[in-house]
Amino acid sequence: MVSAVFHSPLAAVTDSIAIKKEAAQAHSTGASGSKSLDSSTQTVMAAAPTAVPTPRDWRGLVMSVLPPVLGLGLLIGIWAVVSISTASSIPSPWETWKQAVVLFSDPFYRKGPNDQGVGWNVLMSLERVAIGFGLAAAVGIPAGFAIGRFEFLGRMFNPLISLLRPVSPLAWLPIGLMVFKGANPAAIWTIFICSIWPMVINTAVGVQRVPQDYMNVARVLNLSEWKIVTKILFPAVLPYMLTGVRLAVGTAWLVIVAAEMLTGGVGIGFWVWDEWNNLNVKNIIIAIFVIGIVGLVLEYALIKIATAFTFEEVKS
Amino acid sequence: MTNLKYIDVQNVEQTFRTRKGFFPALREVNLTVAKGEFATLIGHSGCGKSTLLNLIAGLTLPTAGTLLCANREIAGPGPERAVVFQNHSLLPWLTCFENVYLGVERVFGAASRSTGAPSENKAQLMARTDAALALVGLTPAAQKRPGEISGGMKQRVGIARALAMEPKVLLMDEPFGALDALTRAKLQDELLEIVARTNSTVVMVTHDVDEAVLLSDKIVMLTNGPAATIGEVLSVDLPRPRNRVALADSPQYLGYRKAVIDFLYTRQAHVEKAA
Repeated sequence: MVSAVFHSPLAAVTDSIAIKKEAAQAHSTGASGSKSLDSSTQTVMAAAPTAVPTPRDWRGLVMSVLPPVLGLGLLIGIWAVVSISTASSIPSPWETWKQAVVLFSDPFYRKGPNDQGVGWNVLMSLERVAIGFGLAAAVGIPAGFAIGRFEFLGRMFNPLISLLRPVSPLAWLPIGLMVFKGANPAAIWTIFICSIWPMVINTAVGVQRVPQDYMNVARVLNLSEWKIVTKILFPAVLPYMLTGVRLAVGTAWLVIVAAEMLTGGVGIGFWVWDEWNNLNVKNIIIAIFVIGIVGLVLEYALIKIATAFTFEEVKS
Repeated sequence: MTNLKYIDVQNVEQTFRTRKGFFPALREVNLTVAKGEFATLIGHSGCGKSTLLNLIAGLTLPTAGTLLCANREIAGPGPERAVVFQNHSLLPWLTCFENVYLGVERVFGAASRSTGAPSENKAQLMARTDAALALVGLTPAAQKRPGEISGGMKQRVGIARALAMEPKVLLMDEPFGALDALTRAKLQDELLEIVARTNSTVVMVTHDVDEAVLLSDKIVMLTNGPAATIGEVLSVDLPRPRNRVALADSPQYLGYRKAVIDFLYTRQAHVEKAA
């Protein structure tokens, strides 16, 4: 259930670069500070020919840059082949790029309620995700603490969670529409319901996995419940909680597109549907990239936050 | 009378419920530790040394029997019986100072109900914390987190945390078990000195014969589990302060050492076969 994985390929790249920098600085004390990384690596070679890590560094650089570039190239290649074989009913990468340049030259125009710039659409979607997700965090994290801390509550709510969690969030949309009598609150409700489960479950598991040693310390020191929560439970659970948050944001971003397709209004999901009705496939492809990139940025930011709050003993 | 039976374990029995049924860990354990005495519990692994220590700490309650500390029944854990844990158990997100301060704040920050002592202000609490860290020689590392210091230093912070609460009894569960031999020897010497200075009552679990003889006034040897009990109690009457180098070829020291080894490896040697 818990995927406590804080690794990302980007982190690996920055690590190896950092190591290289350190090595270069350690050896080339005579080299001037303004020299680039490459030139200081050269200095190492000149000053200490016995040091052999230079070829391995190059290999590391190639390994970290070449495969992603090739992967991206493969994607664009397949796309181009598909485009040619469907006689351009799927637009070619180049055509799409030209359209994207036009689109992003003015992302914040407003020409009526159904014709707004891509920037507005993304921002509206993000706003819905933020509200729905924020409400879910406000309810889900305390609930997770309670369920993890008290076995009775855990046994009480676990069957409910197991029953409701597998339900597709979109199945909740009609209920939301009925109760809130509006498209926007219904979309937010859908985000709320889909992002609450990962946070409840991960927080509860985190609380249950607080090492018994820490709880023994709390008992021997006779700490108050408030001190136990703030000094032991919360810091120990934080990495699990952030994993839950990350999963929740990921799901929310997946669901918002579908929800907006159904509810309409302004938003990236609605935009995709609108462009489909206009048979503007180029914009749909652009929207797919925009959704992907925004999702990637959200994920990466949350991984960074999670790593910053994970301490030695909890990491292992 | 109280001082001779500062810790009084009477007919204690501990049975654990496991999936395979009931597992008798300890039976008929009777033990007294005098005030200011240093007692070690020694025995093969799995004999219930740590179980007995946890009972004295109050972390677990006995199935039968009574445990008293200063004539009061031990009903749960408390800062007057501070524990130094085997794996140091420092909170990794707090600095060494904050780890120690956590206990100090709890014991001296609130007005004491038992002694009626008034609560101390923040400066006094911080002074106590600093003093405890200075006692174990860790003043320079006070603002570091446990992840940034060595294993021996972590264990010293654990000792400082326990001592800073001015406990009536110091309970140590193989405090030096995870350390290398040189660090262990250094910390043993420090512990001897600190205990002499603070006149603490100590109960310590160990599996190291030399450690037991060097530190203890009383070595409590446990028989093999299951249903372990106290096999023999050896009083160590070596004069203090003790010096490990001088003792290394003292016949008296070697005699005690031989007695413990005899018990562990001759009379209780069937541990592997039994298991």
